Amino acid sequence: MMLDRETWRRNLESICLPVGALLLSLVLFGLFCAFAGANPFGVYESIYTAAFGSSRAWQNTLIRAAPLMLTSLCTLLPAHLGLTIIGNEGALVVGGLGAIAAGLTLQGNAPLVVQIGMALAALICGGVWIGLVGFLRHYRGVNETISSLLMNYIAIALLNHLVSGPWRDPSSLNKPSSFPIANADLLGTLPGTRIHYGLVYGIIACVLAYILIKRTTFGFAARTAGGNIRAARIAGLPVGQLTLAICFLAGSCAGLAGMVEVAAVHGRANESLNANYGYSGILVAFIARQNPLAATAIAVILGGILTSGGILQRAHNLPDATVLVFQGIVFLVVMYSESLFGRLSIFKERPGTRKVKPAAVQV
Amino acid sequence: MNTTLTHQSHTEVLVPPELEVVRMTKKFGHLTALDDVSLHLRPGTFHALLGENGAGKSTLVKCIMGFYRPDHGDVIVDRHSRTIDSPRDAHRYGIGMVYQHFTSVPAMTVAENLVLSRYETSNFINWKQELQALDTFMETAPFQVPLSTPVSQLAAGQKQKLEILKQIYLKARILILDEPTSVLTPQEADEVLGLLRETVTQGRLSVLIISHKFREVTAFCDEITVLRKGKFAGTGLVKNLSIADMSEMMMGERRQPKPVHKTTHLQQNPILQIQQLHAHKDNGAEALAGLSLTVQSGEILGIAGISGNGQRELVEVLAGQRPATQGQILVNSEVYRSTRAEMYRHRVYTLPEEPLRNACVPHMSVAENLALRTFDRPPQSKAGVWLVLKMIRQMAAGLIDTFKIKTPSAETPVGNLSGGNVQRTVLARELSSERIQLLIAANPCFGLDFAAVEDIHGQILAARNQNVAVLLVSEDLDELLKLADRITVMSEGRLVYESAIAEADFATIGRSMAGH
Repeated sequence: MMLDRETWRRNLESICLPVGALLLSLVLFGLFCAFAGANPFGVYESIYTAAFGSSRAWQNTLIRAAPLMLTSLCTLLPAHLGLTIIGNEGALVVGGLGAIAAGLTLQGNAPLVVQIGMALAALICGGVWIGLVGFLRHYRGVNETISSLLMNYIAIALLNHLVSGPWRDPSSLNKPSSFPIANADLLGTLPGTRIHYGLVYGIIACVLAYILIKRTTFGFAARTAGGNIRAARIAGLPVGQLTLAICFLAGSCAGLAGMVEVAAVHGRANESLNANYGYSGILVAFIARQNPLAATAIAVILGGILTSGGILQRAHNLPDATVLVFQGIVFLVVMYSESLFGRLSIFKERPGTRKVKPAAVQV
Repeated sequence: MNTTLTHQSHTEVLVPPELEVVRMTKKFGHLTALDDVSLHLRPGTFHALLGENGAGKSTLVKCIMGFYRPDHGDVIVDRHSRTIDSPRDAHRYGIGMVYQHFTSVPAMTVAENLVLSRYETSNFINWKQELQALDTFMETAPFQVPLSTPVSQLAAGQKQKLEILKQIYLKARILILDEPTSVLTPQEADEVLGLLRETVTQGRLSVLIISHKFREVTAFCDEITVLRKGKFAGTGLVKNLSIADMSEMMMGERRQPKPVHKTTHLQQNPILQIQQLHAHKDNGAEALAGLSLTVQSGEILGIAGISGNGQRELVEVLAGQRPATQGQILVNSEVYRSTRAEMYRHRVYTLPEEPLRNACVPHMSVAENLALRTFDRPPQSKAGVWLVLKMIRQMAAGLIDTFKIKTPSAETPVGNLSGGNVQRTVLARELSSERIQLLIAANPCFGLDFAAVEDIHGQILAARNQNVAVLLVSEDLDELLKLADRITVMSEGRLVYESAIAEADFATIGRSMAGH
């Protein structure tokens, strides 16, 4: 974002409103817990301890944050083109399937080759999956939100079919799974921690996304097309190509999250892939106001909250799903706070006091 | 039930009220939309309100209907001065209006729409009773529409009939129609107007119709009132007037355009050639019907015409916002498909109408909007990939200064600026390049004040004098007469008149515009 001394009010607004929304959600969640018979302050404390209270808690949080960063990009990138895509879960699952197929096929090669193969397969599978949504949107006029949502179900059905049928490892009895990836081919952990390299992928992907959107001509063209498609056409920008490219990139990020889950967490493909990281990624993108750098921080916070599900059950006798209630409250309040942008007078831009300095430019 | 009975028994005796507008003035800020205008609608007559676009016709009827409050003047109904603050007040005095666009609910039936349109509704509807009343109403109505059909299944002509029926159902005795035939085929238009004419002849209704079409006026109307640039320009009985008289009233005496300095170019090359171009409107109807034209370098080709005859679609096709269905566009004798590369190679720039909607991204900054043409070229980008934000900012600061764009800062979203400054932003972007070869401008001065208009005219002329080919589409005939080297008239998707500006025949232009 181009920073300027006169725009600090608007920048402040884009920080204050989401933070305020998070705080308000905490209050509402506290009320909910009080009704459910728990002490809200005790609950806050437990969440904090479980998420950020110790080195071990931090590691758990960051392990969960990694796929959230990647899946959030699946909503975030198309949002700059004016598309609302919620097919993150499907792209993650398809990416995971691509990764397991590549991982098993390439077995026996050097681990790095296998890992690169898995990553590429996941990127392509996820990319094509959401690219298809973009294609339907641009060339056939199909609503991208609905089609991406429905494609989630197709992806999950495909996963269940493959792991309980053609790809099933006969030794997986209770939980139908694919054959496992060789231990040597699994993604390693950061030195001295249990955190796998997926976190690095997530951070790199978010930084790249930020650069792509804000600092490249491609991002400029995408933002133009997202802001006003008529203006983009008058400037001759290729709207169809932009749509396909952005959707492909978005899907490939979520697909990579699937690869991380397969190659670093589960070691095989099964229904655990479908662990709602995709849906939580939508939430991350919205709270981050579609800013990829903010998404990294939000993913950590949300990862922490997800981690604390178990302790709420053990320490406060609240159901395990309580964290989902919290997520739901956050979503609603964040959506509401979106409607406040530009409405609060303290954030309104004042007429410039400083004259814009004319630069020596030939026009 | 009672109401229908009285309605029926009164139709024979009840004469429509007399409507007079006396010396009405309406200002919007500095703009005087209506200046001391009077109009007299005699009971039981078919009266046409004529004028070019922007002459004040819509403002006048909106004042009568109570949408606007006039600054001066009176509305007199049956010799009593009335204050009309809302369409509901107008309805009380028996005045109803039919708008250019349909106002019925497509998913509901004709009967449901009619009942819905009533001002006084109860919470419960006795459908048996209502349908009986509606049947009786339909028998006496000037035209019939099947009551149980959903509106979405009606043809355009029937929908327009329903809009008119609605007002008669609401017992309007004075019907105001705002260009009711613009959405109809000529056959449908003749049928609707013919049946209305009969009702008027029977003395059951008065009609005030806004129209551009002389054919309809001469065929159906008794009397006309003409407005020109917000002023009263004349009135008279249709039988005493020729079409030439009417078009002269509408356009006024030929005003000598203010002399402008035009350099003569010795050598001119065809820059833009359009061959047999076809395109559709949004609703799939034909907008361009095989239009052909050529614009030479160093000339301004003006396209006149009443809005809705395909001008907007033509500009959209040229700007790349609408696909052509047939025909081709050549720029410098090469096929032109409005891609970014072609725009750059042939140096094509566009000033569309409604710049905020057509040429700006409202939430992006003024600087970014100014960079829309150049962001992927050096010095604003490196290798066509990286944005050089410093150069973008620098160029913006320069343009803001040169083109006097009033903005709090270069980082302000362009949607926060006033209309005039949005227009300047687009102008700065499109005209600042020194390498323009073809400029497409559509109503570039719409809604701007006098000084800004002079400024923009100067810029367009300067471009022409530097050998730029200019296609100027405008609804303002004075603007075209002042700037253009050749003038053409567009009607129903094709050019129906063309002449060099020196030989332009004013009366013929007026008649071609009105589709005569």
